[in-house]
Amino acid sequence: MAEEKKNLSTRRDFLKTSGVAAGALIGGGLIGGLVGYNVNGTSPTTAPKGTSPSDHTQHANAGFQFFKNNRDFEVLSNATERIFPKDDLGPGAIELGVPYFIDRQLAGQYGSNSREYMHGPFAVGAPTQGYQSRLTRAEVFKQGIEKLEEEANKRYESGFSSLEPEQMDEILTAFSKDEVKMSGTTAAFFFKMLRAATLEGAYSDPMYSGNNNMDGWRMKEFPGHQMSYISVIESDKFQKIEPKSLGSM
Amino acid sequence: MATTLPKVDAVVVGLGWTGGIMAAELAKAGLKVVGLERGEARNTEDYLKVHDEYRYAVRYELMQNLSKETITIRNHRKMPALPMRQLGSFLLGNGLGGSGTHWNGHSWIFLPYDFKIKTMTDEKYGPNKLSKDYLLQDWGVTYEELEPYFYKYEQTLGISGEDTNPFWGKRTNPFPTPPMKKTPILKKFESATQKLGYHPFMLPSANLSEPYTNPDGAAINSCQYCGFCERFGCEYGAKSSPEITVIPTAEKTNNFEMRFRANVVEVIKNGNKVSGVKYLDTLSGEEFIQEAEVVVLASYVMNNAKLLMVSNIGEQYNPDTGKGTLGKNYCYQILPGVNGYFDEQMNTFMGAGALGMTIDDFNGDSFDHSDLDFIHGASLSITQTGVRPIETNPIQRDTPTWGAEFKKNSIYNYTRTLGIGGQGASMPHKENFLSLDSKYKDAYGLPLLQMTYNFTDQDKALHKYLTEISANIMKEMGAKTVEGKNPITDYDIVGYQTTHNTGGTIMGASPDNSVVNTYLQHWDAENLFVVGAGNFPHNGGYNPTGTVGALAYKSAEGIIKYSKTGGSLV
Repeated sequence: MAEEKKNLSTRRDFLKTSGVAAGALIGGGLIGGLVGYNVNGTSPTTAPKGTSPSDHTQHANAGFQFFKNNRDFEVLSNATERIFPKDDLGPGAIELGVPYFIDRQLAGQYGSNSREYMHGPFAVGAPTQGYQSRLTRAEVFKQGIEKLEEEANKRYESGFSSLEPEQMDEILTAFSKDEVKMSGTTAAFFFKMLRAATLEGAYSDPMYSGNNNMDGWRMKEFPGHQMSYISVIESDKFQKIEPKSLGSM
Repeated sequence: MATTLPKVDAVVVGLGWTGGIMAAELAKAGLKVVGLERGEARNTEDYLKVHDEYRYAVRYELMQNLSKETITIRNHRKMPALPMRQLGSFLLGNGLGGSGTHWNGHSWIFLPYDFKIKTMTDEKYGPNKLSKDYLLQDWGVTYEELEPYFYKYEQTLGISGEDTNPFWGKRTNPFPTPPMKKTPILKKFESATQKLGYHPFMLPSANLSEPYTNPDGAAINSCQYCGFCERFGCEYGAKSSPEITVIPTAEKTNNFEMRFRANVVEVIKNGNKVSGVKYLDTLSGEEFIQEAEVVVLASYVMNNAKLLMVSNIGEQYNPDTGKGTLGKNYCYQILPGVNGYFDEQMNTFMGAGALGMTIDDFNGDSFDHSDLDFIHGASLSITQTGVRPIETNPIQRDTPTWGAEFKKNSIYNYTRTLGIGGQGASMPHKENFLSLDSKYKDAYGLPLLQMTYNFTDQDKALHKYLTEISANIMKEMGAKTVEGKNPITDYDIVGYQTTHNTGGTIMGASPDNSVVNTYLQHWDAENLFVVGAGNFPHNGGYNPTGTVGALAYKSAEGIIKYSKTGGSLV
């Protein structure tokens, strides 16, 4: 644990001294993958001074189960942060670990739609008939993230993670309104899933790698896993209760 | 080749509430019963770590695995039907206890009006109140005839309630246990509805107000108001469920054997009887034929209908000719309602699935419909079920659905929003029915069940009227903003609505318009019984389980009689 923290702060030190923080554009590899951390860090609307929204240092197990490169993970991270931003109430998606939550989910049953009917023939169908894509969620996310990046390049000649928050919002809005073309699925569907997954990561039990420190629950004043409310259920007063996770049982 | 197993007195397909009731009653009467359940065994010990919204409520841990089997859906006959690839509008159960494990526990008895809906509507409003496209019919049994079975069901579950509702049928007996605790949230609804001249009462609940031992000796504990009922099992054994009541009752007799991972694929018919069922061991892939004197289909609405269809038992309903009864009168539940946004914080995260208060002033024929373009109505309730943070993000209509403003508003409103909801009646329509799909198949090679369903003018009118009534109550409760539900348009399977599907294997007084008689005995096969909400010729203004339970008890009594005498029970 201590060692991991040390490693991560070394990476921050690296960023401080590497010139990336000054906005140097370096494509690909380690440095290119980290560009997004700092560019967003300069935005006052998403990041109070001294805390980069893409700062994953609070996450104890910061490996990837699904993602392969930092660039894609950063696109996801920044998109979730725009959906659920840090504010005066508390942390946003990134600090809550939402990107890691989604990474784990995409690597498992959720990502492979293993409990859903995925046999053909496939047809578009009416909206009332629901999900009809041949793609799994993992495939939709992968493509969606590529498309977010592509759209950022098209509109601003820049990677998604290097955009200003308002520019990210503009692109996410275009997805939500289905104004971007995707293959085998729709941008609106991808956005809907991304939004849902962000909230799931913010508010699920911390064992799923999101809701870091139960801070999602704290903001909402949801006490998590409590055995019983029988002694207070008739009280007129609002009950502020320290949350408990399943792991704390 | 299928292995044929020694004949038993009865084989029961599916071990939820209806299968459990059947198993208990038949085994107590000395019949040798085999229960086939396609899912797994489970019990209270499996629910100790159940307070996990993501796994159970969002990812549907206890529900049917659609990769094996689903249905196809279309809104009307001209639309190509497509598979329901993900769960949404309703949640199909699986495993021991079925939906009885993850229900909320609202325990209603349909109104006297429901059972004679055709006769009473025609008498009061004339024969043309609804057009001929609505296939309204009496159930062939009256409230008075069913009342003893209702009580038997309530005693088995230990239902908590109070008999102060002036609009429901006359009760001979009080509820087995007193009502649940009346919380400040419920009291808001109580005083508002009283001020408006309505008649609020505590919702009959299967989350028990006190420890209870039922007549069979099964113990149910006292609800802790932990807020995790619907989509969860109860870790206290305080929500009446088959696995803590009727299943142990059946097991105690030594006349009952359960087989899990046993997926029935066919009911075998010979002449005017059935000889048993064919099932697949889903682990080994082996096929078995379980022969039986009596076959009871006690799976869900969908699968009961499908098993009859794939086994060619009964005549498929044809909407062009009106002929055939199998698949006819598929109904759903209409859900009017309102959200109210308040200034003060409330303990909305606490509660129990069936902790609520209700009015029936606008249910059944409690109010005059002469000047209205619909019949029936809805029970209107406030429930304090315990809202959970992933799926409860209340925002007003003009609020963005993501971003900074969304976050602030959804967090602020989470403990400041109340809802009133109606369980609205659903009337049968000639274009709403179940059949077999011609294109898509399940994991066992059988066709998927096909649902053709859309909301009707009757549904839309009912929804609008009851939403307005709900909004008035919410205003009276002091909400600073009141938002009624949007009017309903086309039925959409994406968002959750309710798992109150009914019809398709309906009961009645005549083989001309029903699949089973009033003992749920199949008209075309005297030793085949089909049990569940599929028997409802229409859906009433309440949650269905209580009525399902009562019909199962009546049917069980019929089967015991049949096992001695044979022949038609009517």
